[in-house]
Amino acid sequence: MITLDAVKKIFQTKDGAVNAVDHVDLSIEQGEIFGIIGYSGAGKSTLIRMLNMLERPTSGDVTVAGKNLSQLSNRELRKARQEISMIFQHFNLLWSRTVKENIAFPLEIAGVPKEERQKRVDELIKLVGLEGRGESYPSQLSGGQKQRVGIARALANNPKVLLCDEATSALDPKTTDSILNLLVEINQKLDLTIVLITHEMHVIRKICHRVAVMEDGRIVEQGPVLDVFRHPKEFITKDFVKQITEPEETTDMIKQLASEKPQSKIVQLTFVGGNAEQPVITDVIRKFDVQVNILQGKVSQTQNGPYGTLFIQLEGADQEVDEAVTYMNGQKVEVEVISYE
Amino acid sequence: MNNLFPNVDWAQMWASTGETLYMTAIAVLATFIIGLFLGLALFLTGKGNLWENKFFNFVIAAIVNIFRSIPFIILIILLIPLTLFLVGSMLGANAALPALIIGAAPFYARMVEIALREVDKGVIEAAKSMGSSNSQIIFKVLIPESLPALISGITVTSIALVGYTAMAGVVGAGGLGNLAFLEGFQRTQNDVTFVATVIILIIVFIIQLIGDNVTRTIDKR
Repeated sequence: MITLDAVKKIFQTKDGAVNAVDHVDLSIEQGEIFGIIGYSGAGKSTLIRMLNMLERPTSGDVTVAGKNLSQLSNRELRKARQEISMIFQHFNLLWSRTVKENIAFPLEIAGVPKEERQKRVDELIKLVGLEGRGESYPSQLSGGQKQRVGIARALANNPKVLLCDEATSALDPKTTDSILNLLVEINQKLDLTIVLITHEMHVIRKICHRVAVMEDGRIVEQGPVLDVFRHPKEFITKDFVKQITEPEETTDMIKQLASEKPQSKIVQLTFVGGNAEQPVITDVIRKFDVQVNILQGKVSQTQNGPYGTLFIQLEGADQEVDEAVTYMNGQKVEVEVISYE
Repeated sequence: MNNLFPNVDWAQMWASTGETLYMTAIAVLATFIIGLFLGLALFLTGKGNLWENKFFNFVIAAIVNIFRSIPFIILIILLIPLTLFLVGSMLGANAALPALIIGAAPFYARMVEIALREVDKGVIEAAKSMGSSNSQIIFKVLIPESLPALISGITVTSIALVGYTAMAGVVGAGGLGNLAFLEGFQRTQNDVTFVATVIILIIVFIIQLIGDNVTRTIDKR
C-alpha cells in the first residue's frame, strides 16, 4: 500500500543542513495499522508528512496506493491527496464552520454535489458517534469530540490511507482510549490502512499491528508489535517498551529489594500470546527449593494477543536458583535476570 | 432649535451630512475591495506562504508603506493631477474619492495581512492535505477564518475615513468638514462647527456599533 524507498529529507537551516529523515525504507501493507514511535525531533512528523507530500522528500521515492507521489503534477497530487487523509494533534478544524460544515469541507473540495454531501455527512456523524452535535461549532466541543470531527472529515472522501499525526497526544488517557477504539473500528470496518506517529508506547500497544522505532531520522528497529515488545534490540526501543512494562516506581522498588537481599535474584518474565496463562510459577515452586516473591505484574492487550510481564524475586541456595532460572528459560516465556549495578 | 443654533441652516447641514455619508460609503466599499486584494497579495507572497515571492512581496510592501506614510492632507495635494484626470474637478464629493481610497486602502491592506497571518497554519495544512487548490484555500479557509478580524479592521478604517472626509472637505470636497470649516470656522459661527462635529461623532458611533455587532455575531471561536 505504501512504500518508501531511500527517502531523505534535508532541511537547510542557519546552523547548516539537518537530516530530518535519513535514508528510510519502509513498506506498509493494505489494511494494516502501522505505528511509528520516536521522541520529539526524531523526524517522525516530517516522515508522515512525506506520505502526502506536505513535505517533499529531498531524494527517494514515496509510493502510496500505486502512485509515485513525487512524480505527480500538482493537479494529480491534489487528486491523490483525497485518498490519503490526515488527522492532527490539534485537530485543525475550521472554527468558522459547524461540525457538519467541517465534515462537508473535503466533499466541497472534491466537488461532490450538495445533496450527496448532506447524506454523506449524516453517515459520517453516525459513524464517529457525534449524533446531535452537527450544528455545534468546534469551540463548543471537547477535545475528544473535536478529534471525532477530524476523523469524520478525514473519512469523508473514502480514503485508502489515514495518516494520524500524534492524533491522541493532546487528549486525556480516557479520551485517548475511546479515539483509539474508534480507529480500530474504522480500520476493521473499512479495511483502511492507518499510519500513525506517536511518542506513547501505550498507543502502539493498543492498536498497532506493526511498529517502527525512529531515532535521529532513521528507523532503527521495526517488526510486529509483539516481537518488538518481546525482543527489543535497540536501547531506545527498550526504553519505550519500559513505558508499558515498568512504571518508574518498579525500578526503585527492585533496586531497594536487591540491595536488601543481595544473594537473591530478581527475574523479569515476559509472557506473550496464549502462554500468558501457563502455570510457570507454580511449577517452579513445586520443582525447586526456592522461595518466589512476586514483586509486580501486568498483562496488557495488543492487537496480536495479550502481553504480560512479571517481576519475581527468587531466594534459595545458589544452585537451586540457577536451576529454576534454567527451567523457566526452557518454557515459552522470556526470562531476564535483572541487575541494577 | 433655531434659538439654540441661530446660524445653522438645517437644509445645508443635512445636505452636507449626505455628502459625508456618500464619500464614506463609496470609499469604504472601494477600500475594502482594494485593501483585501492588496492584503491577500502581501500575505500570499510572504515567506512560507502559498505564492512565496520575495520580489513581489517587496514591491507590494513598498507601495503599501509609502502610501500609508504620506499624511492625508499632503496626499490630497499630490493627487490633484490624478483627481483632475479622473473626476475633472477638484470640487465636490467625487473629487475626494481618489485620495480617500488611495489613502485608506494601504492602511487596510496591512490590517488584512495581519488578520490572515492569524489564521492557524495547521488549518491551512489540513486543507492542503485534503487536496485543496490555492484558490479553495483562499476562499474557503483564509477569508472565512479571518472574517471577524477583517470586519473589525474595516470598522477601524471606516472611522479613519470619516475623519479623512472632513480633511478633504477643507480643501473643497464638500461634506460636514467643508461646512464646519467654511461656515463655522471662517465666519466664526461656532454653533455650526458644533453641530457638524456632533453629527460626525454620531456617524462614528453608529459605524463602531455596527462593526462590533457584526464581528461578535460571526466570531464562533
